[in-house]
Amino acid sequence: MSIGLHKSDFKNPVVRWIDSRMPIFTMMQKEYGTFPTPRNFNYFWNFGALAMVNLVIMIATGIFLAMNYTPHTSMAFDSVERIMRDVNYGWLLRYVHANGASMFFIVVYIHIWRGMFYGSYKAPRELLWILGVVIFLLMMATAFMGYVLPWGQMSFWGATVITNLFSAFPVVGEHIVTLLWGGFSVDNPTLNRFFSLHYLLPFVIVGVVFLHIAALHITGSNNPLGIDPKGPQDTIPFHPYYTAKDSVGIVVYLMVFAVLVFFAPNYLGHPDNYIPANPLVTPAHIVPEWYFLPFYAILRAVPDKLGGVLMMFGAIAVLFVLPWLDGSPVRSMRFRPLARIAFFLWTIAFGVLLWAGGKPAEGTYVLIARLATVYYFAYFLVILPLLGRLERPLPLPESIATPVLRGGGPLPAGAANSPMEKA
Amino acid sequence: MKILKALAVLGALVSLAPAARAAEGAVELPHTRFSFDGIFGTFDRAAAQRGFQVYKEVCSACHSMRLLSYRNLREIGLSEAQVQAIAATVEVQDGPNDEGQMFARPGRASDRFHSPFANEAAARAANNGALPPDFSVIAKAREGGARYLHALLTGYADAPAGFNLGQGMNYNRYFPGHQIAMAPPLNEGQVTFADQTPATVEQMAHDVATFLAWAAEPELEERRQMGVKIILFLAVLGVLAYGVKRRVWADLH
Ligand code: HEC
Ligand code: HEM
Repeated sequence: MSIGLHKSDFKNPVVRWIDSRMPIFTMMQKEYGTFPTPRNFNYFWNFGALAMVNLVIMIATGIFLAMNYTPHTSMAFDSVERIMRDVNYGWLLRYVHANGASMFFIVVYIHIWRGMFYGSYKAPRELLWILGVVIFLLMMATAFMGYVLPWGQMSFWGATVITNLFSAFPVVGEHIVTLLWGGFSVDNPTLNRFFSLHYLLPFVIVGVVFLHIAALHITGSNNPLGIDPKGPQDTIPFHPYYTAKDSVGIVVYLMVFAVLVFFAPNYLGHPDNYIPANPLVTPAHIVPEWYFLPFYAILRAVPDKLGGVLMMFGAIAVLFVLPWLDGSPVRSMRFRPLARIAFFLWTIAFGVLLWAGGKPAEGTYVLIARLATVYYFAYFLVILPLLGRLERPLPLPESIATPVLRGGGPLPAGAANSPMEKA
Repeated sequence: MKILKALAVLGALVSLAPAARAAEGAVELPHTRFSFDGIFGTFDRAAAQRGFQVYKEVCSACHSMRLLSYRNLREIGLSEAQVQAIAATVEVQDGPNDEGQMFARPGRASDRFHSPFANEAAARAANNGALPPDFSVIAKAREGGARYLHALLTGYADAPAGFNLGQGMNYNRYFPGHQIAMAPPLNEGQVTFADQTPATVEQMAHDVATFLAWAAEPELEERRQMGVKIILFLAVLGVLAYGVKRRVWADLH
């Protein structure tokens, strides 16, 4: 790169003036205009854009909620209800924000599922994948602390149960818990720091999302066939093709969102959170928000407290090393007859955990949760590594533009995804 | 097609979560119909007003509604004068005045509903140690909402043989655990409705449940109206967006 004004291609004099000094228009044009994108995306490739839209919605509604919210144990509950009753369209802001959290997790779970099915975590996209898992972790922290803010019964008791988990760690555990609480129980200092962090973390997420996109634009997108584009005939410019396709997805997403917000705003919430927090009354069943239930089920499936905590964190940690656990050179499960079945079973296990997490931890529920937990981990730690060696993938198409299977023929070992690169 | 299937599976999973909760030990509620059921339902103003009367004359002896203001009653169709008259029946502590003294004055429309007890301890002391919950959002704070409230109020019965009822407790079919500290609050003919509606227990329970549903979600009607408009708008936008997408992609196929 040389020093001096950037040679801008823009005609508009104002745009050109700015672009020569700071080529953000050129950059946007390159990354979102002409960016070469595989031509064969299906609608699963909408979910990244949807997550981005969702993040913007969360921040926008959150900022306006924060203008009217009071982070004090004696006023938090009432201030949220005041938002609902006395702030103009406050009910809309709050219901969009609360259901937006659910929508965010729905979108991100599908986004992650897409990555797992089409092998998007494999080389060269390992770092991109890892950044995604970081976003997922930050989202969970943000949502957990956000749920504490209205200071209802589930806010309080959820916070108590989850923060207490850290006490399972030997030596440092108790100190971590005291640090999280800012005292010796969940109380006003806890609420204050959770509010502060709940405001901060979404902006950290924005930063990591930026890195996620930066990494994406180096490797380029994966696609449903999981093979690399081999030339211009395999790609199309992002705009107008995928801007148009994403717009369709966004409208459908907004429709689902609107049904929740306008017709069932409390459907995914827990009625107990409309009871003001009371440290002296423990609810019959303490359950976290639905999107945490699979991990909550894993936690409770293990009879030992520390073991449960480790397994719960391990369930997410294992995602970080997924690129190295799956040794198969074929990305898309479309061409992996055995892995595909194993992965659908994993999806079912995840669903079973979600269901079991909402049930009391007793009797057959625990047994079912244990079986599902075993399969959840076995998929990553045993099945995928083995299949990487044993499975015989179906023949891959020659290129994206000619997705006819006839050309593929038997696989030359190791050359599956990127014959061009290897050659 | 695959995508639709995957979405359907996910949708099913998400909808499992609340279902899982509802199933726990609770008794099946009767299918009471309310004016605000369904997408286009609205609050029956007359029922909500009768419900307010039941609340004021019966329940408010024990249950507070501290998040509501008297002015909110305009929304269920009471006139300005009626609201002011209702507010004026309570005495509100205000101050300090210019001399630094607290003083009592008649309530105004802008005041919050008067609470029957000064604090939780006083409420418990007057109720055998049990706490009558605040009613501001009670319909949102119980599984089943208004249907549960109606069922609870009409669900008192004699305890079945062998049931171990505690001292001063009452048997109720719908209360979790079936032992409730509140004695049956409603009795036939307890209030006299201005519109001549006979004050049966069933009628009063239905009306007060309507009132409490409104109190918990006063935005419900506006919310649904806005929702219908937004869904229609999105439907049109969706057709347009899909049309544009088809046009843009036409040259690729
Ligand atoms: C004499 C005082 C008193 C009056 C009058 C009274 N209640 Fe209660 N109510 C209580 C007490 C005490 C409880 C707590 C019961 C318990 O926790 O066992 C209660 C609890 C409740 C609950 C909560 C049940 C639950 O699921 O936790 C509802 C709903 C309720 N009352 C409705 C009403 C309605 C409606 C009226 C008026 C028609 C009314 N009450 C009148 C004393 C009263
Ligand atoms: C990653 C994005 C975010 C997620 C996942 C998230 C999640 C949540 C959740 C689950 C709640 C509880 C909802 C309820 O039941 O009331 C909540 C509440 C809240 N959030 Fe966020 N949030 C995000 C971003 C933000 C931002 C950026 C702000 C402020 C700038 C904010 C401010 C608030 C406030 C003030 C509340 C309390 C009011 C309420 O309970 O509705 N949030 N958030």
